[in-house]
Amino acid sequence: MSKFKPGGQKEDPEVSTASLPDIIFMLLFFFMVVTVMRESELKIRVSTPQATELTKLQEKSLVNYIHIGRPTKNYQEQYGTSPKIQLGDKISDIEDIPLFLENHKTSVPEKLQFKITTSLKVDSDVTMGIVTDVKEKLRKSGQLKVNYSAKKRTEDL
Amino acid sequence: MARVRAKDRMKNEVNAGSMADIAFLLLIFFLVTTTILEDSGILVKLPEWSDQPPDDVKLNSRNIYSVLVNANNDLLVRKNPMAVRELREDTKLFITNPNNDPTLADSPTKAIVSLKNDRGTSYKAYMEVYNELRAAYNEIWDEQAQIRYGKNYEDCTKAEQKGIRDDFPLVISEAESTSFGEEG
Repeated sequence: MSKFKPGGQKEDPEVSTASLPDIIFMLLFFFMVVTVMRESELKIRVSTPQATELTKLQEKSLVNYIHIGRPTKNYQEQYGTSPKIQLGDKISDIEDIPLFLENHKTSVPEKLQFKITTSLKVDSDVTMGIVTDVKEKLRKSGQLKVNYSAKKRTEDL
Repeated sequence: MARVRAKDRMKNEVNAGSMADIAFLLLIFFLVTTTILEDSGILVKLPEWSDQPPDDVKLNSRNIYSVLVNANNDLLVRKNPMAVRELREDTKLFITNPNNDPTLADSPTKAIVSLKNDRGTSYKAYMEVYNELRAAYNEIWDEQAQIRYGKNYEDCTKAEQKGIRDDFPLVISEAESTSFGEEG
């Protein structure tokens, strides 16, 4: 062994880590550019009502969201001011609901499909007409588990 | 052999000092992308859709607790106007009927809460009413759990909860909405 170690310890050559931060930053920027935030932009104003008898929704992947509300200022020119339905990231018609539900269903394993819940995020100023229509469509599509999204009420009625 | 030894000698290690930075970056990345929005609400089970009109079942009117909400968000409970704030206690009284009042429900299992709204009712008013009706049932279940098992309904086992629910079944039936106050 010793014959391979001639006289004195050699200095450990170190890999320079000075450029590591740069590499990481490059990765970070890469991800920042590539990832699309799935949080779809709301084109309608939704402020859910308050309630006390709340249940928390557990698994997000088993929930699909239907937003109902009036278009925000930027979209009023395009969609008017009467209540509209938003599925995913676009304003849709009631007739689009079955397809929307079906699309979500395919992303869920078959065993868990019975657990799918539809969360209705409805603005408190909307009248029941459109909500009733949506509920009827959900019933016709066999999507019976529904959650009326609401915030916790703190003060008394 | 010689090559291996040569490698042994130069103990090259990647500096682990920057691992922390990498971890932080990942952390920040996930913090930014994940939404911590917790969704909560009132869970309901809609009745199945059927094309046939429902059978005309003659129900004793004492067992029906009809709640109507009109387009002005006024409440009509069993033909009498009522404030939302009184609804919870009144519903509980109707379902449990502690004094065997002949105008209130025969028994909790026969009691039916019927909710009807107009297409012009505001969602807020509807939710307030629905919430109170659910609250009435939840309070009854909680009281029963206290009487029977001395604990909250939530802490009961599945079987105990089912026992209570069988005796006080949640029946909120929603009639088809009227359309007097539909907005354009």
